[in-house]
Amino acid sequence: MTAVLEAEGLGKRYGRRWALSECTLSIPSGHVVGLVGPNGAGKSTLLNLAVGLLAPTQGSLCVFGNRPAADPAQLARVGFVAQDTPTYAGLSVADHLRLGSQMNPKWDNQLAESRINQLGLDFKQKAGKLSGGQRAQLALTLAIAKRPEILILDEPVASLDPLARREFLQILMETVAEHQVSVVLSSHLVADIERVCDYLVVLVSSRVQLTGELDELLSTHHRLIGPRCDPATLPANQYVVEASHTDRQSTLLVRSDGPILDPAWTIEPVSLEDLVLAYMGQGKALESGRRVSGGGEQ
Amino acid sequence: MIWLAWRQFRLQTCVAVGLLVAVAIAFALTGPHNVHVYDTVVRTCASRGDCPSVTQSFLGRDHLLRDLSLAAILIPVLVGMFWGAPLIAREMETGSFRLAWTQSVTRSRWVAVKLAVVGIACVSVAGLYSLLVTWWSSPFDTINDNPFSIFDLRDIVPIGYAAFAFALGVSAGVMIRRTLPAMAATLVAFAGVRVAVTQWVRPRLISPLHHSGPFKLFTTNGSPAFSGKGAAGAWITSEVTYNAKGKVIGHNGGIGANGGVNFQPVGNSSAKVVLQGVGQCPNNFPNLQRGVNRSNQVSHAMSEAVNKCLASFHLRDAVTYQPVSRYWALQWYELSIFIVLALLLAGISWWWVRRRLN
Repeated sequence: MTAVLEAEGLGKRYGRRWALSECTLSIPSGHVVGLVGPNGAGKSTLLNLAVGLLAPTQGSLCVFGNRPAADPAQLARVGFVAQDTPTYAGLSVADHLRLGSQMNPKWDNQLAESRINQLGLDFKQKAGKLSGGQRAQLALTLAIAKRPEILILDEPVASLDPLARREFLQILMETVAEHQVSVVLSSHLVADIERVCDYLVVLVSSRVQLTGELDELLSTHHRLIGPRCDPATLPANQYVVEASHTDRQSTLLVRSDGPILDPAWTIEPVSLEDLVLAYMGQGKALESGRRVSGGGEQ
Repeated sequence: MIWLAWRQFRLQTCVAVGLLVAVAIAFALTGPHNVHVYDTVVRTCASRGDCPSVTQSFLGRDHLLRDLSLAAILIPVLVGMFWGAPLIAREMETGSFRLAWTQSVTRSRWVAVKLAVVGIACVSVAGLYSLLVTWWSSPFDTINDNPFSIFDLRDIVPIGYAAFAFALGVSAGVMIRRTLPAMAATLVAFAGVRVAVTQWVRPRLISPLHHSGPFKLFTTNGSPAFSGKGAAGAWITSEVTYNAKGKVIGHNGGIGANGGVNFQPVGNSSAKVVLQGVGQCPNNFPNLQRGVNRSNQVSHAMSEAVNKCLASFHLRDAVTYQPVSRYWALQWYELSIFIVLALLLAGISWWWVRRRLN
C-alpha cells in the first residue's frame, strides 16, 4: 500500500513556539482517515503543511511523494477545505464555481452545479449571506469538483449545528464512494470520526500516539476488570494503555494481539471514544514527563 | 486567475471609471469653450492693450473645476490606500487566501496576476486623469507660466506616483497582514517619500544652474532682479544674499531671520532710512510712510531710492535654479524613479508572499 501522506521528523515553529515538532507518520491511500487529538496537538498545522499553506521549519513532508504545492499539478491533486471554511463574502455562489473552473484544469462543472442544485443553494446568493452550513457545503463542493486524489479537511464541521454536520458528512461519504478519493479529516469530535472514518490517527502534542484501521484497533483493544493486580505482571503480548485501581479491583485497557486467557478478568469491548481518550491521556502523561525532564536539564 | 483578480476588483473599477467619466464630461463641457475664449480674447489682448484685466477675468473662470483638478495629487495616495493595501491584506484577514492558494494555481502566479491586473488599472486611472487635467488646464497654465509650481499635478509624473503608491500599499499589506494598519502605513510612507523626493532629490536630478548678480528689488520694468538666461518660468531652488564681505545675510530674497526686506525711517526724519540687518542708507528717501517689499506697487522715485541704497551696500544675490527647458527631462527622471521604486516593491511583495507567508 502506498502512502498518500508521509511525514518525517516534521516540525513547524512560530516565533519561539513549536506548533508541531518531530512528527513522523505515514497515511496509506484509499482510506478515510480521521485525525483526532486535543486542541493544540498540531492537527491544523499538520494539515496546513500538507496542502502547502505552511512550510516546515524542520523535517520533511510528502504528499504522493512530492513537496506540497510544489507546482500546479501537485496542487490539482489535493483538495482542501480549511478550518471555518473560508469563501469570498462578496462573490456569489456562481462566481465561486467560475473561480473553481478558471483555477483548476480538472474542474468538473457538471458535478459542481448538480451539487449546488442538490443543496438547494441560490447561484446568485453572495457567499457572505450563506449560513455556516451552506458555506461549508460550498467550500466542500469547490474541493470536490476540483476532482482531487486526496481531500484534506481541517475541522470542517466544528462550527456547524448537528443537522448541518450530519448533512456535510453525508455528502462527504457519497463523494468518497463515488469517486474513490482518499480523505484526511481532522476533528476533535470522536462521534464524527466514528461515523465516517475507517482509519484513525491520534495525535497528542505532535506525537502519533495511535494509528491503524478502525476495526482492527477496536478488535485488539479490551477492557479488563478483575481483582487488584500489578499491571506489570500481565503477559508480554498485552500492553496496558490505561490502568485504574480501587482497593480491591483493577480496571485495565489493554492492547492484545491474541485472546485474553486469564479467567480472573471480565472482558469488555472498548468504545472508540474510550480508546481515543485513553491514548490522549497517555500522551498527556508522556508530555508532562518530557516537560519535567526538560526543566531539570536547564 | 485573471478572471478572479478582475472579479474581486470589479466594484472598485466601476467606481473609478464612473468618477473618471463624470470628470471627463465636466471637462468636455467647459474645456473647448475655455480654449476658444483664450484664443480669441486672451491671446489677442496685446493688440487691444487690456491684458491685465482680460487675464484676470479669465483666471476667475471655473474655480470649482480648477480645484477638482487639484485632486490629481490625491489620486495616487487613494489608489495606494484603497487598492494596494487591501489587495493581499484583506485575503489574509478574512482567511480567503487559504481558498485561493489551494486551487491549482501556484501562489507565485496568483500574486503576479493580482499585481499586474490591479497595477495596470492604477496606472491607467492615474494616467487618464492626468491627461484630462493637463489638457483642460492648459490655457490657465499658459497664463500662469510657472510649470514647476504644478510639476506634481500634470503630465506623466502622476503615473509614477500611482504605480509607486499601489506597490507600496501591497507591500505594507503583505508585511502587516491587516488592512487598516497597512492603509495608514501606506499614507505615511507615501507622503514621506514624496516630500523627500520633492525636497532633496528633484533639485539634484540635473545639476542646477547658477546665476549671480547685484541684489535688486526693482528693475526698470518692475520684474524681480533675477533675469538671467532661462529665468522665465524657472524653478528657483535656492537664493542666497551676501554682503560686500561675502557673508551670508539672507535667503530666498529676504534679509535677516524674518525673511523680508525692511526699510525703517530713523527717528522722526522721513528722509533718513535704515535697511534692517545691513545699515543706514547713504541717500535720502522720498516721503516714506511704511516699509516696502517686492510685491508693493511703488512710485518710480521710491524704487530708484531703494535701488540706489541697495547698490551702495554692494549686496550680491546668488540664485540656483532649473530652467524651464528642463521641465520634461525632470518629468521623465522623476517618473523613472517612481516606476523603479514601484517595481522593486512589487518584487518584494511577490517574494514575501512566496517565502514569508508560511
